[in-house]
Amino acid sequence: MATAFKDEHTSGHTPVQSDAVVVRFAGDSGDGMQLTGGQFTLSSALAGNDFATFPDFPAEIRAPIGTLFGVSAFQINFGSSAIDTAGDQPDVLIAMNPAALKTNVGSLREGGLIIADTGEFNQRNLDKAKYSSNPFEDGSLAKWQVLAFDISALTLEAVKPFGMGNKDALRCKNMWTLGLALWMFDRDRQPIIDWLNAKFAKNQVLADANIAALNAGHAYGETAELAGPLKQYHVDAAPAPAGLYRTVTGAESISYGLVAGAQLAGLKMFFGGYPITPASAILHHLSRLKEYGITTFQAEDEIAAICSAIGASYAGQLGVTSSSGPGIALKGEAMGLAIMTELPLVIVNSQRGGPSTGLPTKTEQSDLYQAVYGRNGDAPMPVIAARSPVDCFDCAVEAVRIAVEYMTPVMLLTDGYIANAAEPWLVPDLAEYKPFPVEFLESVPEDGFKPYARDHKLKRPWVKPGTPGLLHRIGGIEKEVDTGHINYAPANHQAMTDIRSAKVNNVADSIPDQIVEQGASGAKLAVVGWGSTYGPIKQAVRRKRAEGVDVAHVHIRHIWPMPKNMAELLKSFDKVIVPEMNTGQLKTILRDQFLVDAKPVNKVSGQPFTIAEIEAAIESAL
Amino acid sequence: MNDMTPVKATTPKDWETDQEVRWCPGCGDYAILKAVQRTMPEIGGTPENTVFISGIGCSSRFPYYMETYGFHTIHGRAPAVATGVKLANPDLDVWIITGDGDALSIGGNHTMHLLRRNLDCQIMLFNNEIYGLTKGQYSPTSRVGTNSPSTPYGSVDRPATPCAFALGSGARFVARGFDVSKNLPEVLKAAHAHRGAAFIEIFQNCIVYNKDVFEDFAAPKGADGHQLWLRNGEPMLFGSDKSGGTKGIALDRVGLTLKVVDVVDGDWQSAGVIVHDVTNRSLAHMLVEMPFGEFPMALGVLYDDPRPTFNDAVIAQNETASAGKTPDLGKLLAKGQTWTVEEGHPET
Repeated sequence: MATAFKDEHTSGHTPVQSDAVVVRFAGDSGDGMQLTGGQFTLSSALAGNDFATFPDFPAEIRAPIGTLFGVSAFQINFGSSAIDTAGDQPDVLIAMNPAALKTNVGSLREGGLIIADTGEFNQRNLDKAKYSSNPFEDGSLAKWQVLAFDISALTLEAVKPFGMGNKDALRCKNMWTLGLALWMFDRDRQPIIDWLNAKFAKNQVLADANIAALNAGHAYGETAELAGPLKQYHVDAAPAPAGLYRTVTGAESISYGLVAGAQLAGLKMFFGGYPITPASAILHHLSRLKEYGITTFQAEDEIAAICSAIGASYAGQLGVTSSSGPGIALKGEAMGLAIMTELPLVIVNSQRGGPSTGLPTKTEQSDLYQAVYGRNGDAPMPVIAARSPVDCFDCAVEAVRIAVEYMTPVMLLTDGYIANAAEPWLVPDLAEYKPFPVEFLESVPEDGFKPYARDHKLKRPWVKPGTPGLLHRIGGIEKEVDTGHINYAPANHQAMTDIRSAKVNNVADSIPDQIVEQGASGAKLAVVGWGSTYGPIKQAVRRKRAEGVDVAHVHIRHIWPMPKNMAELLKSFDKVIVPEMNTGQLKTILRDQFLVDAKPVNKVSGQPFTIAEIEAAIESAL
Repeated sequence: MNDMTPVKATTPKDWETDQEVRWCPGCGDYAILKAVQRTMPEIGGTPENTVFISGIGCSSRFPYYMETYGFHTIHGRAPAVATGVKLANPDLDVWIITGDGDALSIGGNHTMHLLRRNLDCQIMLFNNEIYGLTKGQYSPTSRVGTNSPSTPYGSVDRPATPCAFALGSGARFVARGFDVSKNLPEVLKAAHAHRGAAFIEIFQNCIVYNKDVFEDFAAPKGADGHQLWLRNGEPMLFGSDKSGGTKGIALDRVGLTLKVVDVVDGDWQSAGVIVHDVTNRSLAHMLVEMPFGEFPMALGVLYDDPRPTFNDAVIAQNETASAGKTPDLGKLLAKGQTWTVEEGHPET
């Protein structure tokens, strides 16, 4: 990403050309910043820009108005070349009130532009934001460009003809601001107008008022440009492979991937879920897709959510459950049951900051130990991790494949950042995905029926209750080899523990070798990552390599078991660093599995890594 | 319950597995197992379409001994597993086997919600008022003062009343029986005939840790004076000349409570004895709370008033929501706010 929001190509009133721009919309929880950001994202997509977004909102649904903890922000990085992160530092901060300015201005690039609504900078709101003096008057914003004017009053003026009350009229402020942003970045208003008309189809006055506000904001830009510091910028379309694109969030992408996986397996899907941030969106998406043979069940708790999914898998459907850290902890015992009974199951963990309730709406990668080790007994389970919203689709398909091909629960890790963030997605051609149809055992095999007989992969047969001649009982008590009867004998437990472990290890036979994203094996330094650190690592390594640094990027999707070439690959590097949004969990696993001297690079602030942070880590490692 | 046509008639033997039964000799579970194996042929189901799902505890070993499909799950979670099984395949006849600790302590939440939702299944709660498998701790149904390893000075908390819990949770079928009762198969058949969640509390004698705790009413001697077997449309009579005369249950119209009345010469009408109506929910509430001692133990079908089931509602909604829609994932992915990048655009 280039922070190229500069004045280099100004000439008259033609828009300034920029390579990439980071804009952050910040306001009160009730100001509609997520909606504004979402629509600005759409306009970026339609302009052909590559982009990445970062919705950053509080856990409180409607925090008290004007408070620091009630600020909701939406950051978008869009550009004319590949964009992989939501941007280290905003170039433009749109602050709808003092609290939004206070909490967000620190990250604004020096020389960046602040657009603020002075209508909200009254004494009361300044007090709430804990400003002892008005920042526009005390010189504290000197290192930035400031464009402060009364957006509230301008909005009221714009929607006056519609006769709305003051409170309702002010709710159009976000559209006024969006209109200004659309002007600033040389964007077409029509798609937003269409969207407003559709959204308020049942209330034409509201639609018209919002459109009027949008147009007024846009017109203000045109006028102000003639008189003030406001400039118009143009970001060209980013080069991209031809095809049909859409925007997609991680939660959407996982949901579609699960549907695709179930179709490739030839199964109906049962999804048991319980509301939890930031995982609920998957339950919401799947609940609308009943025609795809999906039953969704909002259970009474996390335990019932996974147990119902296990029950559905037992009955012959694809059981899926989803949660975030605290809920995953509650599901732990049931995961052991799925391991013991060797039933397919997909468990999605949209990670958030922990421990305990932690940071419900902030992102973290601190559930890796929980995923790999977090069950009683020797309870091996495949774990895979998605790196981006788009990658969630393929990872979900892969999770389903492993679950049914090996009769095992599979943990799919994503995180709050991936779940909420949006990026452009080249809509996949489903014909390119190889089906993995499930074959249920439906009659007694020649050598007799044994519920825990194994195929060459060590998979046991899947028998649906209702099948004549194959009656059997399963459960969480140790199974006898082959027969599945209760058996506590020492040699049998040793044998079954070994089989469960070997079966999960066999998954490695079905996954591709670990590739090196950039650079090559044998580099002086490898930056090894997993999950949503992909974007900042990729860009940081790209920049360092452009400077001639011998650094490689390895990004691990299959965390347990790992690709078979991993040991050899990791040992080829002189040094290995592992940036993670935790205190060093993958680092520990790599050391444990491969005896490599992996060094941790950790961040647990609830915010994704910036590119600069990874660059600094690379520099200090070499 | 299911409307299944039997492929061929079965015998109790067809429902027995080859597994060695591992309950303590003399455990009430043996009698319940026999009663269930005797009942199944009469219900007319097939072993392959029958699933027994249990939690953890002595009672939860039950599925291993039934020649059906079986799932011995984890502590308290059988109702949740059963919900997934039934929603995934509503044709299966689902039986949940649980105990007082499993269903009312660790699994109380699931029991409540399964009953509230009215999943079509039978829930057999073996109540022995003790934790047997963990060696005798008091349970949520143990009486106040129960001495156990964890309550050496006697338990101090009040027990739950399983049938009252079930009714309070919205159950539409509530019945009671006890392990060695000859009437148990009749109760099980009624439960199976009820479409929806059928809750059956079965008093079960734990001969090791809580021996004979139900003897007051379950002992053959004096049974007719201590057991009120409820039958729909029949007066609530119990006792005989042997036990000190025929008695009945009547309504105390002043206190709005039940009372025991003497029935002279069989004239229960003039004694005001209530005729049992299994659809009367108010009556059911009074019967489940009827204190034993002053009153006989209410047994049999206390309440039976079916309502649409959860599984039917889920499947009906799935069908309605799917009606007229052709699932096409490719089209779904390409829907909404999309844009096209044309060929010839420089690739990264």
